[in-house]
Amino acid sequence: MSLISRGFRGRRPADAQRQSLPPGQYETRDFPVLSAGPTPHTPLAKWDFTIRDVHGKLARWNWDELNALPRTRLTTDIHCVTKWSKFGTNWEGVSIDTLLVEAAKRGLNPAPHTMAVCDGGYTTNVPLADLTDGKGMVAFIYEGAPLPPEHGGPARLLVPHLYFWKSAKWVRELRLMERDQAGFWESLGYHIYGDPWREQRYTGDP
Amino acid sequence: MTAPVAAPARRIEWRSATIAKVIEETSTVRTLILDVPGWPGHRAGQHVDVRLTAEDGYQTQRSYSIASAPEDARVALTIERLREGEVSSYLCGEVHEGDRFELRGPIGGYFVWDVSERGPLLLVAGGSGIVPLMAMLRHRAAALADTKARRALPARLLYSSRRWSDVIYRAELERLAAGDDDVLQVRHTITREPPPQWNGFHRRIDRAMLAEVSWPPAERPRIFICGPTPLVEFAATELSALGHDSALIKTERFGPTGAT
Repeated sequence: MSLISRGFRGRRPADAQRQSLPPGQYETRDFPVLSAGPTPHTPLAKWDFTIRDVHGKLARWNWDELNALPRTRLTTDIHCVTKWSKFGTNWEGVSIDTLLVEAAKRGLNPAPHTMAVCDGGYTTNVPLADLTDGKGMVAFIYEGAPLPPEHGGPARLLVPHLYFWKSAKWVRELRLMERDQAGFWESLGYHIYGDPWREQRYTGDP
Repeated sequence: MTAPVAAPARRIEWRSATIAKVIEETSTVRTLILDVPGWPGHRAGQHVDVRLTAEDGYQTQRSYSIASAPEDARVALTIERLREGEVSSYLCGEVHEGDRFELRGPIGGYFVWDVSERGPLLLVAGGSGIVPLMAMLRHRAAALADTKARRALPARLLYSSRRWSDVIYRAELERLAAGDDDVLQVRHTITREPPPQWNGFHRRIDRAMLAEVSWPPAERPRIFICGPTPLVEFAATELSALGHDSALIKTERFGPTGAT
């Protein structure tokens, strides 16, 4: 039984919202920015995206090549570990499924784990199964416009069923791995998997 | 930066916090000094999660930066009342000494500083973004007892507030700087209404101000920036453009894009 805070009533969300809110989250209409350091600004002419398999084989797309691939659209709720959730956000990009098909054509083999590697040195680990079957994409359009730099533009990973730190901003590479490894926040006290519905915020959370 | 997956650590448990003291910092900002039995200690810059529970069992959580130094026996949270803030309006309104709520922490292992880090310390704050930076200054003062030790670790704070009356910890900052032979320099910028005879900065943080306040990049200052998103975004980009290593610039932001 939790401690009652005297006189606290709070603002209960409507039932419909409440069902969409993972435990411990509240709704925000804003789009807060959380980044550990300065926002990188890589010119599109120098930008590319790479998938690297465990043997070091690479599949690489420059900006135009990535944009020429079939697009996918997703309307989804997002959940930040700092407690805010935002409902019904609209994204467009290239699904990881599509990228993996293209990578397989170039001789790359899948592996059970991935590390997203980003401009600025940020990393985060995501199991491959959490990125496939339509669950993950490299997103570059947000609400119909190019993704702003402070929100991860030109492109970020989008894996919205996990806490949003897994949706790595400024993503440049997806590194396939045989074994799971901890990324940036996962090495600094945050949960290795990060399921908001199980409230896996920090290391040691069930 | 990647690391092998470590053995499962112990869960960060919810603890009961009792308000020992309330300090009204400004008209919208309040510090709660808390007794937290079993508190495991923290590093300057870390935060906690606060959980409030209503009588019918409804709960909500928020994150707040820790304002106190690791050396302090009690945990201090400094909280700004936000318009329509579900939790901040309660913590900045209803509560008084002896009231209790739950918290867990400390949380966050990146936006942290301690005196074992070499290099001068450059802090840039906007509004209540001062809070985790104040923990660093308090830690510096508590951990480095004599002037000689402090001289080896100089610190500068650039602190942007709307009005002079909005400056949080104003007297304590003056005291810390005065007792430190200029080894700690505190520079205020007041963006709206400066006090009479004001000779400090009177504008939003810009590149010239950052260049004036910061050390040359070759000195490799450790830089911490905390405040509203546009301020942090601007200061981090400009300091990086002035030649400071991005890896030494650590940021923490609050509020949406475009907020002031």
